[in-house]
Amino acid sequence: MTTLSRPRTVAPQVGRSAPRRDGAEKVRGQAEFAGDIVVPHMLHGKVLRSPLPHARLVSVDARAAESMPGVVCVLTGADMTGRDPYWGHAIRDRPIVAIDRVRFAGEPVAAVAAEDEATALAALEAIAVEYEELPVVADVEAALAPDAPRLHEGPLRPGLFHGLGELEPLDGNVCYRFRMDRGEIEAVLAHADLVVEGEYTFPAVYQYAMETHTVVAHAVGDQITVWASCQHPFLVRAELAALFDVPLANVRVIVPFLGGGFGSKSYTKMEPITVALARKAGKPVRIQNRVSESMVTTRRHGMRCRMRTAMTAEGKLLGRDVECWFDTGAYADNGPRVTATGADAAPGPYRWEAYRVNAACVYTNTAPSGSYRAFGATHLQWIGESQIDELARRAGLDPLEVRRANLCVPGDELRAGGKPLDADLVGDVERAAAAIGWGEPKEPNVGRGVSVGLLAAGAHPVSTAVVRVEADGRVVVLVGTTEVGQGARTALAQIAAEEVGVPVELVTVRGADTRFTPYDRSTGASRSTTLAGLAVQRAAAQVREQLEQIADGEEIEPDAIPGLIAKRFGLAGGELIGHGEVAPQGTGSYAEGPVFWEVCVGAAEVEVDPDLGTVRVRKTATIADVGKAINPLLVERQDEGGTMQGLGNALFEEMVYDDGLLLNDTLLDYRVPSFEDLPDEMTCIVVENGDGPGPYGAKGCGEGSLAAVTAAVVNALADAGVPMNELPLTPERVWRRIRQLEEEGTWPK
Amino acid sequence: MRLELTVNGKAVAREVAPQTLLLDFVRDELGLTGAKRSCEVQVCGTCTLLVDGQPVSSCCYLAADAAGRDVLTIEGLQEQPGFERLERAFLDHAALQCGFCTPAMLLTVSALLRDGELTDEERIKQSLAGNICRCTGYRGIVEAVADLAGVHA
Repeated sequence: MTTLSRPRTVAPQVGRSAPRRDGAEKVRGQAEFAGDIVVPHMLHGKVLRSPLPHARLVSVDARAAESMPGVVCVLTGADMTGRDPYWGHAIRDRPIVAIDRVRFAGEPVAAVAAEDEATALAALEAIAVEYEELPVVADVEAALAPDAPRLHEGPLRPGLFHGLGELEPLDGNVCYRFRMDRGEIEAVLAHADLVVEGEYTFPAVYQYAMETHTVVAHAVGDQITVWASCQHPFLVRAELAALFDVPLANVRVIVPFLGGGFGSKSYTKMEPITVALARKAGKPVRIQNRVSESMVTTRRHGMRCRMRTAMTAEGKLLGRDVECWFDTGAYADNGPRVTATGADAAPGPYRWEAYRVNAACVYTNTAPSGSYRAFGATHLQWIGESQIDELARRAGLDPLEVRRANLCVPGDELRAGGKPLDADLVGDVERAAAAIGWGEPKEPNVGRGVSVGLLAAGAHPVSTAVVRVEADGRVVVLVGTTEVGQGARTALAQIAAEEVGVPVELVTVRGADTRFTPYDRSTGASRSTTLAGLAVQRAAAQVREQLEQIADGEEIEPDAIPGLIAKRFGLAGGELIGHGEVAPQGTGSYAEGPVFWEVCVGAAEVEVDPDLGTVRVRKTATIADVGKAINPLLVERQDEGGTMQGLGNALFEEMVYDDGLLLNDTLLDYRVPSFEDLPDEMTCIVVENGDGPGPYGAKGCGEGSLAAVTAAVVNALADAGVPMNELPLTPERVWRRIRQLEEEGTWPK
Repeated sequence: MRLELTVNGKAVAREVAPQTLLLDFVRDELGLTGAKRSCEVQVCGTCTLLVDGQPVSSCCYLAADAAGRDVLTIEGLQEQPGFERLERAFLDHAALQCGFCTPAMLLTVSALLRDGELTDEERIKQSLAGNICRCTGYRGIVEAVADLAGVHA
């Protein structure tokens, strides 16, 4: 943990709830998003998407469309010649536009660039496509059948940011496997007093960033400029450079404010097709998805899981056996990482004698699946934690007590050779339970649940930052972190202010522009405050040192800084520049990680209406175990946002597929939480133990609450008498389950 | 067709195609980009503008239907007296994150406050249910609006 030793002439800037640095421009509608960018001579692009989930492309005839007035060009599979048109950061399995086959309903088959949007849309209608339908691999079960049609022929080619070791060869429709083992699981299960087992289903979910994927691309010669709603500009840059065979520095990715991301804008999405279209058009092109298009651009993996957990009659947890299958859709997207992170989360942070996890990432004829906030943990935590509660019920023990007795403590090894536990989970779950009135009497049909989990966070630890002190004493931070709503520009400004010794109001954090901002690996996995924050801290400390040298023992008041710079440069110009870098200690491999374990601890109280099957969430509590809160109010707001998404995931969000076709592709049919879904009480407890690897002992937050709340709601409903093994907990599912329990004679509880 | 209307207190006249949506008209014709497009089916509310003081989903509202009317966008609202109070409440309560939905949220809140609709926390939640915010979890917005309305949340 870093502490400040230098005297300061300004009050602490870290640890206070400073107003957002981007607040005023956002409130006033002045914040610029990708869809607000207008480039001279810009054309409008529209994508023709396959209506079929699986088909051979017999022919694509764009001649009529190309001859329409106002249409500049049409990009089709026939243009995919001369260079390798396949992309994908994990597995390079995806063509820019379909070449000979479509593998999901919504796959781009062609793209039109036209002078206006209406013309582009009309031109889509004029493209004649002949399909020959192929058998549909609708879900994981169909994909794993011995005679299932194979979606990809292989061999699998790793993408630039695969990062998970050597790829195993494609096995049918399984593109990736992750296994973990400790002890003799079969022996433990065979001799345990209590074993619970079950099969579980987790739905495909839409992230719904309100700003849909939007890209403006301009490509002239070997120069590519892209304004994109992307979270990871440097990874997009690298993929575009590889795909279009130009040097990294020739690709400029500019990221304005993002209208939400939640993982949906991580890695590369609509950038390749927009760049390819702009190259062919010879003019800048904008492609802006509609919601129905963003839904099939990426989503959260649906998952099937089989789990067994064993405990002694006295309440000692013994072992867990997990098999899970992630539906990654037609292309891998971030599926391998989601699968590995899910496997990591599957045992839960308990002192097991043995566990075994077998996770598979499976191709199907549905839209590609990638990142969504707290991926992996959200998939598995509700299952593991519901089994702990079931064991507690069978043993007649308090679920909180079972956790207290079995949870890992700081320093415990979580996986062989990896980062040990860096959080006080027992303290965390006790706080969450207390916040919802654990142990107090309950009315009928009311239940309470807690849940504990961990999420491997931080991604790959590479971040750099530059801090400039301008001649007028203002501080500018250049960092590749994208402002997606999480408050990165505010938190990073506070860190720079603290180190330089100026009020945060004098600090501006610029948006990412790969031409000027130094490299930051990505914005996701709760890494920005921890890793970009550390880079900013180091860069800011460097300029502070320079200032101190110039001041030569004088105290540095903020308004004295212009004078100091003039003293250094001999006139009222010049600037001080600091550079900060974060690089991995070892190789940065997944096995050595994670950077930190993000805590996913929460509690909920629910009330079920047995006649209607509706579940009302009365109370939620989440723990933001952040080491050090750079901005406590923004930390709370992050947790609240995650809580609400967790409630959506637990209660009603589900992409409904029928034989490869998405049935609910608008917000009329796909419901997200509204104001009216707020719980009566929503508590976020910020825990600051200074145990993070980031600046001032900070570690990331903002994802854990989603996984924690989803699981806590499931457990609370089970506590009310309705154990469920399928999400979301729709009224129909809950009602049917209660009728089933009635028939079994176990309802009312 | 020729369209004449008032936008942010100023008379505006333009030739538009009859099918032009009000959202496209203010964004593309007038360069007022505070209003955003998202769901296109009147669920999310992020395209909300005030027409004769009433919130409408401008993504599903013909510009032609605003003929002769008074349209207020966030660019106009911020010029009105009392805006800074709205702004202060949203900033103090950290009632925004990505900011995509925020201008629409403020326009809706300003109309509800003017009409005295926000009498308690339940009414706040009900009245704002036509504006989705995916980031904040709503808690901060409810607190900011309760503060503005002078009710307990």
